[in-house]
Amino acid sequence: MTQLTTPPAGAPAKTPASAPKRRRRGSGFGTMRRREKLLRYALLLLALVVTVGPFVWQLSTSLKGAGENIYTLTPQFIPSDPTFDNYLRVTETIPVLSYAKNSLIVAAMAVAGNAVGATLAGFALAKLHFRGRTLFLALVLGTLVLPGEVTIISQYVTVRSLGLADTLVGVALPTAVAMLNVLLMRAAFMAIPDEMDEAAVIDGASAWQRLIHVGLPNVRGMLSVITIFAFIGAWDDFLWPLIVLTDPQNYTLTVGLQYLSGAFTSNPRVIAAGTMIAFIPIVIVFATLQRFFFRGVEEGAIKG
Amino acid sequence: MKTQRWFTPWLLLGPALVWLLVFNLWPAINTVVLAFTNAKPLGGGSFTGVANFERMLNDDQLVYALVNSIVYMLVCLPLLLFLPLLLAVLLEKKLPGITFFRTAFYTPVIASAVVVALIWTWLLEDRGLVNGLAQQLGFLTEPLPFLSGRWLLLFSAISLTVWKGLGYYMIIYLSALGNVSRQLHEAAAVDGAGPIRRFWSVTVPGVRTTMLLVSVLVTVSALRVFTELFVLTNGTGGPGGRTMSLVMLIQMYSRGFTGHLGYASALSLLLFVITVGPMLLLLRLNRKAA
Repeated sequence: MTQLTTPPAGAPAKTPASAPKRRRRGSGFGTMRRREKLLRYALLLLALVVTVGPFVWQLSTSLKGAGENIYTLTPQFIPSDPTFDNYLRVTETIPVLSYAKNSLIVAAMAVAGNAVGATLAGFALAKLHFRGRTLFLALVLGTLVLPGEVTIISQYVTVRSLGLADTLVGVALPTAVAMLNVLLMRAAFMAIPDEMDEAAVIDGASAWQRLIHVGLPNVRGMLSVITIFAFIGAWDDFLWPLIVLTDPQNYTLTVGLQYLSGAFTSNPRVIAAGTMIAFIPIVIVFATLQRFFFRGVEEGAIKG
Repeated sequence: MKTQRWFTPWLLLGPALVWLLVFNLWPAINTVVLAFTNAKPLGGGSFTGVANFERMLNDDQLVYALVNSIVYMLVCLPLLLFLPLLLAVLLEKKLPGITFFRTAFYTPVIASAVVVALIWTWLLEDRGLVNGLAQQLGFLTEPLPFLSGRWLLLFSAISLTVWKGLGYYMIIYLSALGNVSRQLHEAAAVDGAGPIRRFWSVTVPGVRTTMLLVSVLVTVSALRVFTELFVLTNGTGGPGGRTMSLVMLIQMYSRGFTGHLGYASALSLLLFVITVGPMLLLLRLNRKAA
């Protein structure tokens, strides 16, 4: 504990030595000395500035009026005269609200598809016995070796031949039932002890009844995890909608934002307002559901 | 006991089966087929043999892209192997307010790469925050053009990837740290090992397997990089298209009248060949962990 907590040479070192040392011996390892605590908080704050600072700077830029110099050498984090003008300007420049609506539609389809498709398949693979199950599982596992980018071109050819190029359904369709989520739901159903299920089987319950009454109440955690992942994944995605969508009317938020900064404006305030419109909803979703989120990550719901 | 009809499992499996066949297996097969054609984004195309692969051999842009990928990987690897681990060590102790910090550190991960890249564009421009601060503090006498020039653009994109990845790998490390023996830490402390010493001789060996997992994940995602480079270069791929990645090339050939889906598919196969090793290793590591 010494190296890091030793104050730099010249710093006043009056409080230290005897008292904390005695305390440490008294309550054992794990109780932290005050100086270590302070150092930890200082480092945590530093990391906070690095990780969250850029977002705060962007938010601040988006609130600065046309009269305020945003280029000053000494950065002003608090706008001198906060205004929502830039948010108005961005809606006048590109149909940002309809882009947000498009993103929301795509995300809703992804959430619904994955919640239903992965739950049904996960249950069947975990709890029902039938021929072909092993083959199915092997194929699902095999698809995980393919990074999405490898098949993105032929995926586009498929969507085009279904007549869905340049549509939101075309954007949502390929990942509407993701194989990884099928595996995650299967793992969740497998964690339910067979004894719970057997009682239902003996009572003559159908597969459907077992899924509704025994299965679902026990997999709610994983179900919320895959829906959060599906929502964030769809909302944030850029490459795939960029390939599928051509008419600017149909753009999702991410594609629209890139379009805004590429073709319409170089005003950082307006671009900042646009990025905040894309960023804030996802932060709200994340902040309210983060409990499930981290639990899911700990359970191994890690996307490669 | 057999109350289930033979088709019940297949009814439940239906949607997943359709998606497995139509949106996973068929695209994999069709990528191979397309790679031997001259298919165009607007339709059509005929068999052209190995023409696309011959073209790859003489494609300067492809060489740039592959070199960029290697540089990307080599710079990202050490940074994303250790910085997130340090963050995780910092979050490990249950201090008051630690949940807030954990959530905050994770924010860059959930933000869209487009949003982050646009923020970066603003931070790194000639009169942006980074150049301003660097000049204030005396690190620079004149602004550094982060967003022009092949290598500066590449390193700007790498810094973005690293920043955005910190929280992601931090969480992976955090769950692994729970398994590092407390007794070992205590014993080392009793023997007089300082925190830095204990980090190297207790923590790092304790999360060895996780470090392997992280390095494979970092490798694969460095090879798949797209959005960072696309947005920072405004879709151009930098001066002379030299700051492109393989995926950016694939995307470039996917659109418009000059597009060439056949060549894009051949490039996709190349991406597959490069990533399949790490991906198989990843699958193995994940199954071992589960």
